[in-house]
Amino acid sequence: MAQRAIREYDGKAIFSKHWEKYFSGFRYGFKSVLVTNGDELRAKAQEHGFEWLKQEALVAKPDMLFGKRGKNDLVLFRTTKPGDVTLEEAARWIDEKIAHEITLLSGQKGTLTHFIVEPFTPHAQEQEYYISATTVGEDDVLYLSAEGGMEVEEGWEEKVNEVTISITMKDNEIEHLIRANVPEGIPAENKERFIAFAEQFYKFYRDLNFAYLEINPIVMIGNDMHILDLVARLDDTAGFMMGDAWCGAEFPTAFGMEDQSPEEKAIAEADSKSGASLKLTVLNPMGRIWTMVAGGGASVVYADTIADLAGNVSDLANYGEYSGGPTTGETKFYADTVLDLMTRHKDPKGRDKILIIGGAIANFTDVAKTFTGIIQSFETYAEKMKAVGARIYVRRGGPNYEKGLKDIKEAADRLGLYIEVYGPETHVTDIVRMALEK
Amino acid sequence: MGALFTKDTQAIFWNNNASAIQRMLDYDYVVNRAKPSVAAIVAPTSGNKFEKFFYGPDEIMVPIFRNTTEAAAAFPKADVLLNFASFRTAYDVTMEAITLKGQFKTVMVTAEGIPERLARKMNQAARDAGVVVIGPATVGGIAPGAFKIANVGGTIENIVNSKLHRAGSCGLVTRSGGLFNELSNIIAINADGIAEGVAIGGDRFVGSVFIDNLLRMESNPAVKYMVLLGEVGGTEEYKVIEAVKNGQIKKPIIAWCIGTIAKHFSSGVQFGHAGASANADSETAAAKNTAMAAAGIYVPASFNDLPRTIADVYTKLKAEGIVVDIEEPSLRTVPKVRRKKEFICTISDDRGDEATYAGYPISSVATPETGFGIGDVISLLWFKKRYPKWATDYLETVIKTVADHGPAVSGAHNAKVTARAGKDVISSLVTGLLTIGPRFGGAIDDAARYFKYANDHGMTPAQFIDYMKKEGKTISGIGHRIKSVRNPDLRVSGLKKYAAEFFPSTPLLDFALEVEKLTTSKKDNLILNVDGTIGILMVDMWRALGYSEEEIDGFIDAGALNAFFVVGRSIGFIGHILDEKRLGMPMYRHPTDDILYNVELADEI
Repeated sequence: MAQRAIREYDGKAIFSKHWEKYFSGFRYGFKSVLVTNGDELRAKAQEHGFEWLKQEALVAKPDMLFGKRGKNDLVLFRTTKPGDVTLEEAARWIDEKIAHEITLLSGQKGTLTHFIVEPFTPHAQEQEYYISATTVGEDDVLYLSAEGGMEVEEGWEEKVNEVTISITMKDNEIEHLIRANVPEGIPAENKERFIAFAEQFYKFYRDLNFAYLEINPIVMIGNDMHILDLVARLDDTAGFMMGDAWCGAEFPTAFGMEDQSPEEKAIAEADSKSGASLKLTVLNPMGRIWTMVAGGGASVVYADTIADLAGNVSDLANYGEYSGGPTTGETKFYADTVLDLMTRHKDPKGRDKILIIGGAIANFTDVAKTFTGIIQSFETYAEKMKAVGARIYVRRGGPNYEKGLKDIKEAADRLGLYIEVYGPETHVTDIVRMALEK
Repeated sequence: MGALFTKDTQAIFWNNNASAIQRMLDYDYVVNRAKPSVAAIVAPTSGNKFEKFFYGPDEIMVPIFRNTTEAAAAFPKADVLLNFASFRTAYDVTMEAITLKGQFKTVMVTAEGIPERLARKMNQAARDAGVVVIGPATVGGIAPGAFKIANVGGTIENIVNSKLHRAGSCGLVTRSGGLFNELSNIIAINADGIAEGVAIGGDRFVGSVFIDNLLRMESNPAVKYMVLLGEVGGTEEYKVIEAVKNGQIKKPIIAWCIGTIAKHFSSGVQFGHAGASANADSETAAAKNTAMAAAGIYVPASFNDLPRTIADVYTKLKAEGIVVDIEEPSLRTVPKVRRKKEFICTISDDRGDEATYAGYPISSVATPETGFGIGDVISLLWFKKRYPKWATDYLETVIKTVADHGPAVSGAHNAKVTARAGKDVISSLVTGLLTIGPRFGGAIDDAARYFKYANDHGMTPAQFIDYMKKEGKTISGIGHRIKSVRNPDLRVSGLKKYAAEFFPSTPLLDFALEVEKLTTSKKDNLILNVDGTIGILMVDMWRALGYSEEEIDGFIDAGALNAFFVVGRSIGFIGHILDEKRLGMPMYRHPTDDILYNVELADEI
């Protein structure tokens, strides 16, 4: 993981924390709260410093990493006319929205859990601008437009100026470049202000290690800046340098992502506690072909090959990998999880189930040691494996592979399991062909 | 351009990753490299000066430095930095290496998860400096038969099976490090192995990309064709397509992008590297495979067919006479069982026909016609160097000067008392030697240390005297019980005269004589004494012989100066002991009237 999305609220909190340092000459109020239900909002309004929740007209919207909230009718800014939403109305609206699962126009389904509530900012369309920055290829690109609002994507080519900034560019060159590329549509009285803000915005984006930062729209009223909508991703590998500069921003999972199955969660938990890498994604619990592949690269070529040789992925039950020298115990746990899933259902078409125990030639993982964990798992699941007609295909190389292959063959033979075993002289994915052709 | 590494390539290894270094040295031994591929280790927090490694059945010492700059200064020809620092420090380590202009041609970075902005800066700085960065997030690369980075290739058995022990004719570039081994094996089985291979690394921003490596291989005559293993995501493969189309690359390329599975899943499933996801249709594995095939690159129907494609291209090149048969080289084998040595000796060796002193057979230094004196023997065995005559003469002068100072000094007195108690020569001698220390004979070390310290720190003679006063220390090497300016110590006069005539220069003595001017103006007997003169001139000798200040400080700290006193004065002690034996003097008992008795009844507590 490198680039990870954060909530709009956290993005604004980061702006607020560093505002004085980066945006001298501009003001930003940071009147935002993040709540999960109506009561929480009501309670917040009683706290010192949040009196504005009772005094001002409000805007409420979900803060869960998805965009196009206006088009999805998920922005509350009016009851009868724009700018008349009270605290109580906002709280009630939130409770309404969390009561049922919703479906976005994009098809994503899920339950809303987090909302950002802010004051309504009366302003004219001309006061809305667009600004964003991200990395394209090896360079940073700053996007500037005199037209903000959610329609910016329509007519992007005409409306938006791109400023490409290389990694070695000096501050004065950057300032010069931004000045030369300021959008024509910015009114003369705001031009200098916009240039100054754009320069500061870029440095803020750069120094705080954002991977993506977009304000759409940003409303300029004199020197008052209103960040109406914000999307941000951080480069999480920079986390160790940023400390609390990121205000403890969390990285939530995307809205509508299916919840992990208990098995996937268990493997993810084991992964987080181990120095080794353990990954499991169940693609089709009824699937015929199950894989237990060592190594990130190898796991991809096995999945590729299964799809290529089968012509589709309907038979592929799972994707995953174990690598980085897992212990025998960790390997056994991983194998138990996969074998348990595999033996729950018979193939609906009555075919044998296939277990691919694959891997490239290991650098330094002791093959015999990891296979010991898999053999222990065979002992537990042998009868269930026979019941679903499991055929096992093994291919592996690396330290101690001869012993590993011999051990697993002997164990399978002793347990009465069908097995074919190959070493580095056989092409890494050729066992997929063998398994499918039989 | 041309080959990335040769059989003479040496690396500096940043981080004392002993197992990876041992694997490199095992490889070096097996492929008959003349010199180990690791010249030095950088380990900022290590207290050791070297680490022992096996080189075949024997052990060798690889020096350890605190930073890259020092290691590079000691090994100016080591032009590869293997940066095994963590993701927190890998950037700084690479940047330090880049600033050492002309030192490093290649920097390999293994850390995964360097902040993207730092990785971009690092890669750009390297490009601007003409340094090839391999990685980050890679196992590295290999030039079979010449140089292997760290863990690439796995075990020695696998290296030989995958023909990574000698150059073949394929250039291999992969993103994945895990599949690098596998590809080498496939190429060994279906062709004749690789001539050079690089895993460019799995992070989003890597230093050298596919095209950089393929262009280098195009210009390397040992490479006859290339194998490229790409991945879903990114557009680097299109640069390769461009180079093939415009004729920059003429050698055949066999290529495949892994991750074709991704097209079957709309989203949510992350295949392989975190960075390996397509942001556009053109970045999918299928699109890249199609585009590469259209450009005339050999693209198999699936990864499973890759071996056959490689075999076809290889057979074709062989039929055309472009690839020729390789003569398999003879290899050395690393013993299965090796025992670490408990002791190390770097000064003499008794294993051959004749024992040697620092490489000189004893017979070549012992007899008068060899021209070697005891000073030469000392320079060989103590300092592992052959000193010029003026220096060995000085060493002998010192030994002769300190050989004895009469029976009354405490060391000689102890030796005499012990001899009279009926003990043997060794016991009596040791009793005398044990007396040598801070008050007796130890002033040579301290004089050298303090005068050198003052001189190194640019103190004036007056500042030095002030400094010693503040430290509450008398100045070692200054002052004599009897001798004074008007009654000079002729031993000192002799040493000074010798130095003036034969030493190239005597900066520390000159400084000490300035100090002496000030001290003797206060008190007549505060002269530079014989201990001080010996120690100070020893420093001047080492400076003139070209030792660094750190090395000289090392000699002083190790006690090498007192050692001259020990050797010299042993001659005198033995003289006194033999004298006692000859005289047959009885057991000595000190007269009670020479002792002040002041004993009170002990209090009860």
